[in-house]
Amino acid sequence: MIALSDYLVVSAILFTVGIAGIILNRKNIITLLMSIELMLLAVNTNFIAFSRYLDDPVGQVFVFFILTVAAAEAAIGLAILLLVFRNRRSIAVEELDSMQG
Amino acid sequence: MEKLYLWIALAPLIGAIIAGLFGKQIGKAGAHLVTIAGVGFSTIASMMVLKYLVVDGGEAYNASVYTWAVVGDLKLEIGFLVDNLTAMMMVVVTFVSLMVHIYTIGYMKDDPGYQRFFSYISLFTFAMLMLVMSNNFLQLFFGWEAVGLVSYLLIGFWYKKETAIYANLKAFMVNRVGDFGFLLGIAGVLYFFESLDYATVFGKVEAFVATNPTFDVIAGSEWSAMTVICICLFIGAMGKSAQVPLHVWLPDSMEGPTPISALIHAATMVTAGVFMVARMSPLFEYSETALAFILVIGATTALFMGFLGLVQNDIKKVIAYSTLSQLGYMVVALGSSAYAAGVFHLMTHAFFKALLFLAAGSVIIGMHHEQDMRKMGGLYKYMPITWITSLIGSLALIGTPFFSGYYSKDVVILAAQHADLGMASTYAYYAVLSGVFITALYSFRLFFMVFHSNERFDDHTREHLKESPWVVTLPLILLAIPSVVIAWFTTGDMLFGNFFEGVITVLPQHDVLKEISGEWHGPVSFGLHAISSPPFYLALAGVVTAWFLYVKRPDIPGMLEDKFKWLHTLFVNKYYFDDVNQAIFADGAVKIGKQLWKQGDEKLIDGLMVNGTAKSVGVFASLLRHIQTGQLSNYAFTMIIGLVGFLGWLIYSSM
Repeated sequence: MIALSDYLVVSAILFTVGIAGIILNRKNIITLLMSIELMLLAVNTNFIAFSRYLDDPVGQVFVFFILTVAAAEAAIGLAILLLVFRNRRSIAVEELDSMQG
Repeated sequence: MEKLYLWIALAPLIGAIIAGLFGKQIGKAGAHLVTIAGVGFSTIASMMVLKYLVVDGGEAYNASVYTWAVVGDLKLEIGFLVDNLTAMMMVVVTFVSLMVHIYTIGYMKDDPGYQRFFSYISLFTFAMLMLVMSNNFLQLFFGWEAVGLVSYLLIGFWYKKETAIYANLKAFMVNRVGDFGFLLGIAGVLYFFESLDYATVFGKVEAFVATNPTFDVIAGSEWSAMTVICICLFIGAMGKSAQVPLHVWLPDSMEGPTPISALIHAATMVTAGVFMVARMSPLFEYSETALAFILVIGATTALFMGFLGLVQNDIKKVIAYSTLSQLGYMVVALGSSAYAAGVFHLMTHAFFKALLFLAAGSVIIGMHHEQDMRKMGGLYKYMPITWITSLIGSLALIGTPFFSGYYSKDVVILAAQHADLGMASTYAYYAVLSGVFITALYSFRLFFMVFHSNERFDDHTREHLKESPWVVTLPLILLAIPSVVIAWFTTGDMLFGNFFEGVITVLPQHDVLKEISGEWHGPVSFGLHAISSPPFYLALAGVVTAWFLYVKRPDIPGMLEDKFKWLHTLFVNKYYFDDVNQAIFADGAVKIGKQLWKQGDEKLIDGLMVNGTAKSVGVFASLLRHIQTGQLSNYAFTMIIGLVGFLGWLIYSSM
């Protein structure tokens, strides 16, 4: 039996990797999207771990919803990404700085 | 009766509204018919009210007809107090107003603002009736301001004339000064008596005075509450009734059409102050300081404004200064506690002064709007009715025995003589006494310069010179009758009888009229009595001097002018009141305004507050914009830092 804390540690590591990906990544928006997915997965892992631990299936149901939404979100994100590339001929994060003050 | 009182006040208002709003539709004839019908109704009804009260011995009416607003315990009401004083004022106001309405048909015949003019004077009649019929201070103030407003509108009636606009602004401003005092007085009444109703306030006075109340006007100095209230109220009267030093607006108000000068600036509105003080006699009686103040102001006005009439060449200006001087007489009567005499002089003066103004207007019509007396002379041949009515008016004004002016003015002088207020009454007595000579001199200077002496106009004017139409001369005749006879019937009752019983309060120790009443044995003997009293000889001397200077030897006035150059300059410049006001108040206000504009508005508000806010936001933003990199990763990092920070704080504080 794997202890709850082990799950939580894995999920925390996943989450941190995701954050690091967002912060450190300067090149590619796709990496960014993948990092966000990673963070979502970390959250899902938490949900499942607690669901098992508390013996409550609601957490797992929740995960299904999140996965669905995440898939949709990834699709939209990729679509936006495609348009950005068409317009700017680049998907480098560094160049997308029109919000600079 | 309640309905009747309401309609007396409202009839002129309805006329004014119809003539004012539908003037174009009803045309000139419609405008004067509807307003004359309204005022005519009020005149007849007022006379009926007077008869009901005086002859039939009816009860005075005092009740509220409408509650306008309720603030806590204070009720703001519209109500009527109709007693002998009010009824007399109503008759005077509506009668003179009716005469002026009729006269205006002739005077304003070709004026493009014909309907507007009728609307205004009817509105004025309404406002004046509201003022005199009021039973509380608030409505009095409403009437007070409303007549002021109409006066403003009418002085500037010819609004394309620059001097008229200047004059009406001046009248408005000077009246604001007076009204400020008046409002403070009313506030004082409300503060100490907790009511604005006349009857309630007057009922509380005696008990109030017994406690000898004082309050701090300036920290550390105790002032008698009664004196402060009375003087504040009187300052209001000084503005409206044009007493020194707030008199400056009245001569300038002559820029308005002549019927207005007769109605508003001679007969009715300017006497509102006198009426008000008489109405407030239960208050004024309890402050000798205020009475002495009134006496000095009135006496100063009576004498020194008379002097100015001597050097004016504009026919209307002379009568305007004469009005100022006569208002001074009324105020002297008030100060001597002879309120009845003041009101009585108000009444007789309303008739003969309106007559004089309307006669002057008739002359002005005849001379094709020439007002300079130096270009007149010998008019008696051309305008006989104007001539004879002017003569009657002038004789009444100077106090010729058996004319109405004699009775009222002589009693004022006697009252000043008998008043017991120390130096103030002595000064007042000599001022009004010498005023008699001055009055006679300027009145007959005007009379001789206009109607007698050489003709000083050109042939062109002579060709067109003729008597004015009947609508002009009829009011003259109708006003000349009371100017002669009114005092015969009324002096005994109003001054020495019980006409004002229960209306005007006079403390026994101030009751000068009672002292004088010993000399009253009917109008004839009082008239004959003139032979043995100084005012008669002073008036006679004035007339003779005027005749000698302006008919017999017209070269002398010029010589005197050269000889007493400084005095003449002083008079021509009206004691420099206007210049001082201009220099100190007008220019001072402009300077303060400029400073406020430059320092306050431009620097403080615009510079520091408005632009300063914008500028500081700009500076702050220019610093903050460096954080805004546009890099998504930076934002995400900031969010994480924030999240960590908040989490840390949460955990730390829960431990």
